[in-house]
Amino acid sequence: MSTTLKRVHGYLAEFDSVHGLYHAAEQVRDAGYSKWDVHSPFPIHGMDAAMGNPRSKLPYLVFCGGLTGTATAFTLETITQTNFWSHIGLGFLEKIIETYPTIVQAKPADIWTIPAFFPIMFELTILFSAFTTLFGLLALIGLPRWNHPLFASKNFPKFSDDGFFVCIEARDPKFSQEGTRALLEKAGGRNIELVEDEI
Amino acid sequence: MDATASTPNTPRILEREPLVLNNRSYSWITNRICGIVENKQPALWWILFVPSVLLTGLMVFCFTYLISTGVGVWGQKQPVAWAWDITNFVFWIGIGHAGTLISAILFLTRQKWRTSVNRAAEAMTIFAVMCAGLFPAFHVGRVWMVWFLAPVPNANSIWQNFKSPLLWDVFAVSTYFSVSLVFWFLGLVPDLATLRDRCRPGLKKLLYGLFSLGWRGGNRHWSHYETAYMLLAGLSTPLVLSVHSVVSFDFATSVVPGWHTTIFPPYFVAGAIFGGFAMVLTLMIPCRRIYGLQDLITPKHIDNMAKIILLTGTIVGYAYCMEIFVAYYSANQFESAAFTMRGLTGPSTWAYYFMFSFNVFAPQLFWYRPFRHNLWVVMFVCMCVNAGMWFERYVIIATSLERHFMPGAWQVYKATWVDKYTFLGTFGFFMMLFLLFLRFLPVIAIGEVKGVLPQSNPHHDDHAEKGIQEEDLMDYPDRHVAKPAAA
Repeated sequence: MSTTLKRVHGYLAEFDSVHGLYHAAEQVRDAGYSKWDVHSPFPIHGMDAAMGNPRSKLPYLVFCGGLTGTATAFTLETITQTNFWSHIGLGFLEKIIETYPTIVQAKPADIWTIPAFFPIMFELTILFSAFTTLFGLLALIGLPRWNHPLFASKNFPKFSDDGFFVCIEARDPKFSQEGTRALLEKAGGRNIELVEDEI
Repeated sequence: MDATASTPNTPRILEREPLVLNNRSYSWITNRICGIVENKQPALWWILFVPSVLLTGLMVFCFTYLISTGVGVWGQKQPVAWAWDITNFVFWIGIGHAGTLISAILFLTRQKWRTSVNRAAEAMTIFAVMCAGLFPAFHVGRVWMVWFLAPVPNANSIWQNFKSPLLWDVFAVSTYFSVSLVFWFLGLVPDLATLRDRCRPGLKKLLYGLFSLGWRGGNRHWSHYETAYMLLAGLSTPLVLSVHSVVSFDFATSVVPGWHTTIFPPYFVAGAIFGGFAMVLTLMIPCRRIYGLQDLITPKHIDNMAKIILLTGTIVGYAYCMEIFVAYYSANQFESAAFTMRGLTGPSTWAYYFMFSFNVFAPQLFWYRPFRHNLWVVMFVCMCVNAGMWFERYVIIATSLERHFMPGAWQVYKATWVDKYTFLGTFGFFMMLFLLFLRFLPVIAIGEVKGVLPQSNPHHDDHAEKGIQEEDLMDYPDRHVAKPAAA
């Protein structure tokens, strides 16, 4: 029919329930696969343990993002409204941007005015952390992505409604046409199909 | 369930009320919620939408008139230089707080019932903050100079005063808006994927596909996603408490009698959550009826929210009483004069009594369970609270300024027609945005509701096989376990 070259992406198997999916994931994990995933309409409690997933590294990224926010606010406020940087011998930093400091509310112009800077330091910490969370998440999961071989499967769109799937990818070193299929059948998978990717 | 049968020596387990009624399946939930977006809107949607658009037009007209004429078209002048505009700003910001409470604080405290209302409440937050932001922006007078609020120097190299509570407010509100938007969008991604997978190829599929970022529900993604969601909830919780605290600093750091009080931050935060929950219920009770969502937003949900209104309303009542007590006990003659004139002898005592009865007395009806389950009573109380919370801000802002230190400067505030129509117009703007949200986005978090169904527990079928065992109780320390019946 068509002469398009195709590459095997992997096996996709459907399961009837969360219960079935959970126990299938345990079996795939114990069989030693690494390039595989389960697809479900909602996150399943305990599935990370059933799959043997490590904890997400995202909190470390967000911590760094938050610190960047605090530092940004501190620098912005102290450079423009205190003499802190020239006191510690880094006066050139205050020269980078032209400032005309105003002393208002009889608050000191040295570092000890810092309590009045806390609210903005707090807000920018939260702001930078939140954006790091969003973009860090997208970086970790490799989205946005316009297409994926799995979307070629007619059955797969059910994952966002009531379908539960296991997909074992062909690039997994333990993958084999017969063995992988047999494993998914033994675990209770239905509608097992070989998903192919056009290249 | 046989587990509830009481035999001697076995504890009788009282089942929790289900969060989704009538044992609905996953696909029923998908169809029902996506159906709202995919089917034609009911006539009532248009009946509400057309006036909302007209009111938005009224708001645009009022702001245009203000820009072309000057900020004096509003009624404020000395000594009442902050009046309806700041009242409306605090009112709308406060409305937003319930959305963040539901999405963040109730998430951290594992209140699973939040899943049915969090999406709509978060949308409400974003739209309310948009309405709120308009007022200070136009209050600056020359609105084309509003960029002076942003942390960039003006032509004389003068930077913003970072020590001023007003600038803290700029940062707090803009951070709040951005973080709420990120949180809302992140929650929407899996549900947008559901909508994407249901529609035929075309512009809709393209747009839903674009915004769902190619989501495919893999657990390796869910794992990071849940961490991200938890982090955002953890970040939003102190944020929401800080936002209204900072708003209250606008007043509390001044020396105006009636404003200069340390109780303001917790009092404002409780009031914000109180007013916000009233608005959530005002929107969701008609919504569940019109779109047939009674199985998803159950009497249990409304009961829980009514209890939060009762709690926060009582905290607000405590704060009102404490203000009066401190005015007396501080022996500060200006403070006590401010409160005497606010409640007894001043020109705006009517506003004080509206505030007190709407906010403190009306919610007390919720002590009685049948009232929490009668939707007309709930709607009535919510309407009282919506109005009462506006009066609270009016009382704090306007009546304190009307009776300043100098009797010679005393003036009673008179709102102009521009004040009134601008405020009315923002209600239209808010409703228009909310109706568009109902039209184009899933009003209930589809994925999250599915996650709290009993069959979503991977060990659900294990229970069916062996019955509820003693060790299962360890997972649910909050279950009510009745004493064994006497033999």
